[in-house]
Amino acid sequence: MRVLGIILAGGMGGSIWPLTSKRASAAVPVFGKYRAVDFTLSNMVNSGITKVGILTQYNPRSLMDHLGSGKDWDLDRRRGGLFVLQPYLSSGSDKMGYRGTADAIFQNMTLLRRGDEDYVLIGSGDHIYNMNYSEMMKQHLASGADVTFVVKELDNSYNLSDYGIVEINEDGRIVGFEEKPKDPQTDLASLGIYFMNKHLLMDLLYATVPHGGYDLLLDVLLPNIRRFFFRAYRFGGYWRNVKKGVLEYYRTNMSVLDSRVRRELFRSRNKIYTKLKDLPPPKVGATGSVQNSIVADGCIVNGIVRNSILFRSVTVRAGAVIEDSIIFEGSSVEEGAHVICSIVDKDSVVRASKIVRGSREHPLAFEKSSVL
Amino acid sequence: MNTVALILAGGQGTRLGILTEDIAKPAVPFGGKYRIIDFTLSNCVNSGIYTVGVLTQYRPHVLINHIGIGRPWDLDRKDGGLTILPPFLGRKESDWYSGTANAVYQNIRYVDQYNPRYVLVLSGDHIYSMDYNELLDYHISKRAQGTVACMEVPINEASRFGIMVTDADGRIVEFQEKPKEPKSNLASLGIYVFNWPFLRDVLIEDEEDPKSTHDFGRDIITKLVSENDVKLYAFRFDGYWKDVGTLESYWESNLELTHPLPPLNLYDPNWRFYTHSEEMQPAYIGSKASVVDSLVSEGAEIYGTVENAVLFQGVFVEEGAVVRNSIIMTHARIERGAQIEDTIVCERAVIGEDVKIGIGEDAPSKLDPKVYTGRITVVGFDTVVPAGVSIGKNAVIGNGVRPENFASLTVEPGGFVL
Repeated sequence: MRVLGIILAGGMGGSIWPLTSKRASAAVPVFGKYRAVDFTLSNMVNSGITKVGILTQYNPRSLMDHLGSGKDWDLDRRRGGLFVLQPYLSSGSDKMGYRGTADAIFQNMTLLRRGDEDYVLIGSGDHIYNMNYSEMMKQHLASGADVTFVVKELDNSYNLSDYGIVEINEDGRIVGFEEKPKDPQTDLASLGIYFMNKHLLMDLLYATVPHGGYDLLLDVLLPNIRRFFFRAYRFGGYWRNVKKGVLEYYRTNMSVLDSRVRRELFRSRNKIYTKLKDLPPPKVGATGSVQNSIVADGCIVNGIVRNSILFRSVTVRAGAVIEDSIIFEGSSVEEGAHVICSIVDKDSVVRASKIVRGSREHPLAFEKSSVL
Repeated sequence: MNTVALILAGGQGTRLGILTEDIAKPAVPFGGKYRIIDFTLSNCVNSGIYTVGVLTQYRPHVLINHIGIGRPWDLDRKDGGLTILPPFLGRKESDWYSGTANAVYQNIRYVDQYNPRYVLVLSGDHIYSMDYNELLDYHISKRAQGTVACMEVPINEASRFGIMVTDADGRIVEFQEKPKEPKSNLASLGIYVFNWPFLRDVLIEDEEDPKSTHDFGRDIITKLVSENDVKLYAFRFDGYWKDVGTLESYWESNLELTHPLPPLNLYDPNWRFYTHSEEMQPAYIGSKASVVDSLVSEGAEIYGTVENAVLFQGVFVEEGAVVRNSIIMTHARIERGAQIEDTIVCERAVIGEDVKIGIGEDAPSKLDPKVYTGRITVVGFDTVVPAGVSIGKNAVIGNGVRPENFASLTVEPGGFVL
């Protein structure tokens, strides 16, 4: 089966400001060394997809820097490989920018037209999960579905009103779909991962986008819910969206301190790849103490770190205390500073003896290059 | 192409004991995520030298797998790049490399195709950080035909090295190979730069000399020093350089990295050391864990106590286990209640529950006292030490040892299980 992967990564991520002040939501750092987009990208590669287009728009510098030539995902290839698709001006397009997800794919129709792939898998750059799509693809073929929607039963740790809620019949056919309902009827949410015939997608886009239908879900797929067989494929694993708010982002990161989450995401046969940075192993010094925490390469810890996530090259000086916090790459926490329940973005400095205190329900977030 | 580097990576490293039983010395793991050859390769690319030949001979598989096409060092290039140069058979040429000089001689054609002005002859056995531009600039400024990088060593250790005696200008006037009575404390580091046309002639001449053992230090340097018209200079290097040739020095230079400001700076953003390593998540240190004075690599999960240790990627230290003054290599597992001191645990080894290693008095090795000189116990690659075993100091548990190979629950100090 030849499959083209498309990752929607144009999101602005206003709900997790200030973490998206200088980057797209797909480039938001997670779990000590990754960016959100690593998960969907690695999932695709692990499922045998070797041609992937990433649609970006908002603040793309950080995302493009991260992706590079796609080398770290083995996507620097002669055949296929990684295509970073930016909005552009041309004689055929009067508007700079993508007006929606369907418009974004439509404006890059050449990518779909040129390849010899029969199928297309559409995912999002904001999702954190480890999934091999092979079984889903197999079921798609066997069931004769036109479009497969990956769905998941969400427990009460998710706010159902933030998601697309689906209703299915006994054949797994989607018979109802409510986008962000006030009063959800089921707990089955569509994860925004679609698998379908490429030519069907092209036909639908040609029929919709020129007439002003710019959203893939609302304008292209859902109006056809009766005409086509939309099948639900249940995913039972860990899945989170980093873009649902600062608290949700904070909790998602903290969930990696749970060994079950780490095992599922990282000790699986399907590896999650990310941009390589050759940094030495982290060092815990004589005055350092680290408990229930993630410590990435290049860190030097001489202070106290508890229930926290230290990204790469974080310096924690003697007498500093970090609790229930997330410290991004290259930041340093100086002597005697206390950082509690906070998110400190890249290259920031928490000055000596400064106390920064959020709470578990309201973690503070500080933007890149802050001096606190 | 101005400069071609040749890295001699065939070293057996016999004094590293079972560490080099199945792998070449340049492939021995070091510093939490590296292998020894990474330092020389990184020095090359950090110095802007992108044409590198790696001469292999002894047990090359892990080494070749590690180097690949040189991608981690940006040596996968269209022009130049990395080439692995194994020994080969020809119609007339002999097969194995009979010495370091012979190894380079057999690859004259490889070097010739780049027509370089200079050739750097390096060793893949050393841990060091050196900008070869300084060496090359020195070589050029002296209008030398050959230059040997040297370092001052304590005079009482000088008899372990090749010693250079120089005149006031730095020109080498005498070479003493491992002298009993050294005339200077300037030791050769086994790092050479030569004008290629000159070295080429010297190697061909040496090859035809039936009395030569075809060794760079012993034969080539000795001969060149004796010739009046050859200008051979000594370049004084004052940075970090270690041979890590013995278990003791290997162990020390690893643990030195846990000190607050170790002489080898792995954190210098302008002088990175690159390696080929497995993709793994960042290290996790558990709620009841205690980690001090240690390096903990990616993929490691620590639930026990770790003091003054270098832990490689994917190491698992279970609750109640204690690791002190030790090196634990990739994917090794230390189970509940185990106590490990002064030990090198090799890749993928499993130390069972309540095992004690490195406890008690020291004793001379019954296996090989020249290699296992004291204190440090070594547990080999893929070895499984069954629960409850107690192993003394300076003991050796070989590579691939299974639980049934243990005759009793006690291995005495200086003892061994193979």
